[in-house]
Amino acid sequence: MSEVDTTGEPVQGAAGGGAAARQTRPLLEVDDVVMRFGGVTALDHVSFAVNEGEILGLIGPNGAGKTTCFNVMTGVFRPTTGQVRLNGRPLVSRSRHQITRLGIARTFQNIRLFPEMTALENVLVGTDARHRTSVPGALLRLPRHRREERAGRAKAHELLDFMGIGSTANQLARNLPYGDQRRLEIARALATEPALLCLDEPAAGFNPAEKEELLELIRRIRDRGQTVLLIEHDMRLVMGVTDRIVVLEFGRKIADAVPAEVRSDPKVVAAYLGVPDDAA
Amino acid sequence: MTSTGPGGGKARQGNPVMSALRTADNRRLAGLSAMRSRWRAIPRPVRILFGVAVAVFFYLLPNLAIPLIPTPDTNFASVLFTVAVYVLVGVGLNVVIGLAGLLDLGYIGFFAVGAYSVAIFGSPASPLATKYPWLMLIPIAIALSMVSGVILGGPTLRLRGDYLAIVTLGFGEIVRLIAVNWSITKGQIGIPSVPAPPGHWGNGDPIFGIIDTRPFYWLALTVVLICMFGVKLLESSRVGRSWLAIREDEDAAELMGVPAFKFKLWAFAIGAGLGGLSGALFASRQGFINSNSFDVLTSMLFVAAVVLGGSGNLAGVTLGAVLISYLPERFRGFADKRFLVFGLALIVIMIFRPQGLIPSRRRAVELEDRKREAAEEATANV
Repeated sequence: MSEVDTTGEPVQGAAGGGAAARQTRPLLEVDDVVMRFGGVTALDHVSFAVNEGEILGLIGPNGAGKTTCFNVMTGVFRPTTGQVRLNGRPLVSRSRHQITRLGIARTFQNIRLFPEMTALENVLVGTDARHRTSVPGALLRLPRHRREERAGRAKAHELLDFMGIGSTANQLARNLPYGDQRRLEIARALATEPALLCLDEPAAGFNPAEKEELLELIRRIRDRGQTVLLIEHDMRLVMGVTDRIVVLEFGRKIADAVPAEVRSDPKVVAAYLGVPDDAA
Repeated sequence: MTSTGPGGGKARQGNPVMSALRTADNRRLAGLSAMRSRWRAIPRPVRILFGVAVAVFFYLLPNLAIPLIPTPDTNFASVLFTVAVYVLVGVGLNVVIGLAGLLDLGYIGFFAVGAYSVAIFGSPASPLATKYPWLMLIPIAIALSMVSGVILGGPTLRLRGDYLAIVTLGFGEIVRLIAVNWSITKGQIGIPSVPAPPGHWGNGDPIFGIIDTRPFYWLALTVVLICMFGVKLLESSRVGRSWLAIREDEDAAELMGVPAFKFKLWAFAIGAGLGGLSGALFASRQGFINSNSFDVLTSMLFVAAVVLGGSGNLAGVTLGAVLISYLPERFRGFADKRFLVFGLALIVIMIFRPQGLIPSRRRAVELEDRKREAAEEATANV
């Protein structure tokens, strides 16, 4: 939605970039990943790393392969070749819920909440990723079940409050306003206690004020100890909050640098900023 | 119901009638949720007491001479037994369809496995007869149907939606064809002298006899209540949440850490176990079973009970099962036309109440309120 602001943005991005010299242990490594669908190559030998504690932006024109990249990382697709590692552990061919338990959580470009469940329950499903109660435990009401329920609910309420939607806990997700649904998705993802939080266009459809709030929120999420990988169309948002930016175009990585550099990179400007595709 | 026919006709010319009906329906829905919140406002002990009173009422039902309710043409207690078995089927199928969202059209297969388990291992007429007492046969029946659920679910739960429906439909038919053709189940000839539950009155008559069928009803009612309680416990736990999440959006659920396959298999196994249990009760009461009792039409009737009443909601499913099993007995004259009537009723329901008679309005809220308070207390204490 948010049309890319054309060139020459105010350099308010420096605030986020200032913390760039953080520790540089790679948390997630995308290693030479190729993803082909029939004849289409969605990702073409893409490699990059997400360092612990940083906010990394993943940008590129429509169809560049950003969401495909998320899908490969979270186990939705198995890459044709290549490997993805989290803390050194290979993720390819692990099932989706295992990957979540290992520490990657995501939101979706098109919101995918559980519409007939309440906001609180949506988040509880997220907390359940860390729980182990199964049918016997629930039937017999074993102590672990009770402990997990109590802890889960407390955490879920805490996260809803953190996202500023604490008052909506008992409403069905489908009845929430659009912005709250987006926030709820982030709360649900955070509930899985991820090391890496992947946000797929979290600001889509937000007005400037809401975007500003979101920026602040993303920073606070990072300050909680989560590493953030952010797909975003809105250049201002990306520049303002990220420590580093990876740029994709037609499935290839064309840049990987701090925001200021990316902005002045002629390849990026040509590929991304000038593309009429995005102005539509 | 009678007014919907002409109403539907008029609706074709202009939408007002249709929308008026919808509005009326919405108002009824609102009334329902108001009733729910008023219900929740009642203190817990009172609610429990009320529940107990309702249960007692149902236990006494065959002894009470309430006008109009008893069935004129058939033994009322035995009708009530059938109703209870259908309710148990509904409770089990609701786990599969209503909670986990897996469309199972072959549920009769599990019902048959349970019924035949008791017959094959219990009847002296069967070549595989064992000396196990009835109380042992029931867990065996449940276990075998759960195993059959896992065998069916293991390879097929990777399928979704329509595909799963077709496979389960096939499963129901396979079980029926085995029953028809296997030398031990003896098809139409069937298996006689299926054992009944043990026990004798003081005068030596069996408790679970043919003349007085009330004990069968009480037994079935007890089983139903226990199973409902168990399902409620599951619903309000990680298991129930996972089922709902899978039903709502399986991909998203997996990406949020729900081991979807595992919980779908559990839903299948639990559903199958309850189906098998109801089949076992059915066989014990009949004393004789043959392959005729396990046709696809009955399977469809089971699904109709769940969908009609309101899938995902125990009260709704119970109502659906009661309607589908009781009405044909009460109005014996129309029993032959019941599929026609149910078909029409389903269409009408799908148009005006796609969520069923008592839609599932997430029991969540109740728990939430209570836990919210608990959480606030917890934070206040910190």
